Amino acid sequence: MTQPLLSVEHLSMRFGGLTAVDDLSFNAVDREITAIIGPNGAGKTTVFNCLTGFYPPTVGRLTVSHETTRYRLERMEGFRIAREARIVRTFQNIRLFPQMSVLENLVVAQHTRLMRASFFSVAGLLGLPRYRTAEAEAVAKAKLWLDRIGLLSRADWDAGNLPYGDQRRLEIARAMCTEPVMLCLDEPAAGLNPRESAGLNELLISIRDEDQIGVLLIEHDMSVVMEISDKVIVLEYGRKIADGEPDEVRSDPAVIRAYLGEENIAEVELNA
Amino acid sequence: MATQRQDWFATLKESAITAAVAGVLMLPMIGLYTSTRAGGLAVGTRWIELAAGVFLVFLGRLALIRIQNGDRLAPILGGLLVIATGFYLPLPNGLLTVCCIAGGAIIVLRSVFVWGNSQLQASANQNDNPTIAARVQPFLKKYGPWIGAAVIAFAIAFPWLPFADRRLIDLATLVLIYVMLGWGLNIVVGLAGLLDLGYVAFYAIGAYSFALLSSNYDLSFWACLPVAAMLAAFLGILLGFPVLRLRGDYLAIVTLGFGEMIRIILINWVEFTKGPDGISGIPKPTLFGLSFSRRPSEGTESFHQFFDIPYASVDRIIFLFYVALGLALLTNAFILRIRKLPIGRAWEALREDEIACRSLGLNPTNVKLSAFALGAMFGGLAGAVFAARQSFISPESFTFIESAIILAVVVLGGMGSQVGVAIAAILLIGLPEWFRELQDYRMLAFGALMVAIMVWRPKGILSFREPTLRLHEPDGKVGK
Repeated sequence: MTQPLLSVEHLSMRFGGLTAVDDLSFNAVDREITAIIGPNGAGKTTVFNCLTGFYPPTVGRLTVSHETTRYRLERMEGFRIAREARIVRTFQNIRLFPQMSVLENLVVAQHTRLMRASFFSVAGLLGLPRYRTAEAEAVAKAKLWLDRIGLLSRADWDAGNLPYGDQRRLEIARAMCTEPVMLCLDEPAAGLNPRESAGLNELLISIRDEDQIGVLLIEHDMSVVMEISDKVIVLEYGRKIADGEPDEVRSDPAVIRAYLGEENIAEVELNA
Repeated sequence: MATQRQDWFATLKESAITAAVAGVLMLPMIGLYTSTRAGGLAVGTRWIELAAGVFLVFLGRLALIRIQNGDRLAPILGGLLVIATGFYLPLPNGLLTVCCIAGGAIIVLRSVFVWGNSQLQASANQNDNPTIAARVQPFLKKYGPWIGAAVIAFAIAFPWLPFADRRLIDLATLVLIYVMLGWGLNIVVGLAGLLDLGYVAFYAIGAYSFALLSSNYDLSFWACLPVAAMLAAFLGILLGFPVLRLRGDYLAIVTLGFGEMIRIILINWVEFTKGPDGISGIPKPTLFGLSFSRRPSEGTESFHQFFDIPYASVDRIIFLFYVALGLALLTNAFILRIRKLPIGRAWEALREDEIACRSLGLNPTNVKLSAFALGAMFGGLAGAVFAARQSFISPESFTFIESAIILAVVVLGGMGSQVGVAIAAILLIGLPEWFRELQDYRMLAFGALMVAIMVWRPKGILSFREPTLRLHEPDGKVGK
């Protein structure tokens, strides 16, 4: 068995006296959706922040392996994680560029490649064909994604004027335009209605199956998690309490205890 | 009947309060003035003007309330009466006449076009902005190139127009310098969203680079121009490094300090910069080596000798105007172009959300430093032109108020808008000169103008933004 795409070993994150993540280890592979669930304050978003370079972890090794190269994320700056290790995330509170158009949002995501194609703007300033083809390619790619998320007709809207559900999908498309090997989604279904939520499921499955990358997902919405994840990791107070296929996890007593509380266990067992 | 009396009472009370506030504000500005007498300053009073002003404000407020209540005839008549008063009564001074006529006219206009508070609120909320943009964009798309060509043609023809005298051309050069400064600062503030209160430092660096290089090494304007621009850009990067982590208010304070630092260094480093005495005798730019002096130095030829035309001292001013115009157009072309390149979009993305930028693999350090460097570069260019125009520079020209004016140009123009910044520069630099006839009240009128712009267009004169890339034509069908 080769190295998994992402391997997290003994990750701990402490903020002063508070241990947000405690000795967490898990693997995530490509062409799979790995969900991280857990009650509020379990440390899910902290795991993401460590993975994407927002905080340097207190302890732990985070390794990404693709194309025979290994990247040690805990030593990299955030923008280099996105650019080189190609782990790209979305945010719990959507972070689009609200006053830029939908199309521009997707083109900004292809900045690194366009910068190289324009010789750091020199070729672009001179209007050389090399840059123009690169820009046309970037727009074509953006168009492809707009088509996939159904926003082609709204390409010139300001991103901030889109309805909430469209903003969520646009943020995912924007992350995908950077050509990641792993997409980290922080509660993508939050605030979506059931129909939009079903659409999101389809989008994530198509990202897994067609783009063949790994997806790491934090989610509260159990209908999303149970339906599309291939693997579920459950956190409680920063510790991993379960790790396995959705059905396994669902019937794990520790998970039920974490979600429903100690005193409800008897009741659940009685009902079962 | 009782409610109507109540209504009148409330109206009068409201008007009286407004008049009282106006009275308090006007007391130091209009009621008191200082004059030089033998043995020092004396404070004089202008009670009649003050009383007239307060009375006008009272009437104005009364009229506005009547307009809001739907009564339009009485305010129109009252306004006309006030205008007539302004015209026919021998008022004690000119300002009062102007105030009467203007105040009356405002009341009449407001009652003819009922421009209620609700509408004001709507424009403040920016709800109408997309519609304005939607209305203006097809128009600009269609006629934009023509309007731009017309403006450039006017600018080129400007020195030869009958009303353009020496003073006006010189003023136009100054306006162009501020247009360049505004566009340069616009990169930093409008596009990259980094509030810079010390922009004058780069202006000073540009001016002093040219002044020192020309006076010490006898280099020409054209040789110094790129050096001035590069030195300013280098300083921009130097300033950029320590402030990379700062945003908003903190960034503003550090840049403010930086601006002051440069000025204080210029004052105190006497051996190098000649300190507060400044540098004089800065040469004017030449046209391919042809100078614009009456008697050129030995071995060189001057413009009028070469073309065999009589010497006119205004030629030099006209030429400098064209130099400034050329550089401003170059600046504009450069910025319009770079806005559509990845680096320009990265600046705007940084303004919108730095964290999202980082998560997409953009290096915020490079993005910020490039914005600082390019913004500073245009400041340096403008500084060199300024030094050439003045022939004399001293640290006095580069005080904080200059930074504030440049920032005001950018904010009033509409952050990120090239045309808006140009219009604002004309208003802010040109109008105070025209207002000179108001004498003491010049700055008062200037302030009133700024307030008016901010009330009318809270996000600047031209605040809508055209995307750098489009998939669909902006014909209003697709989009919104």
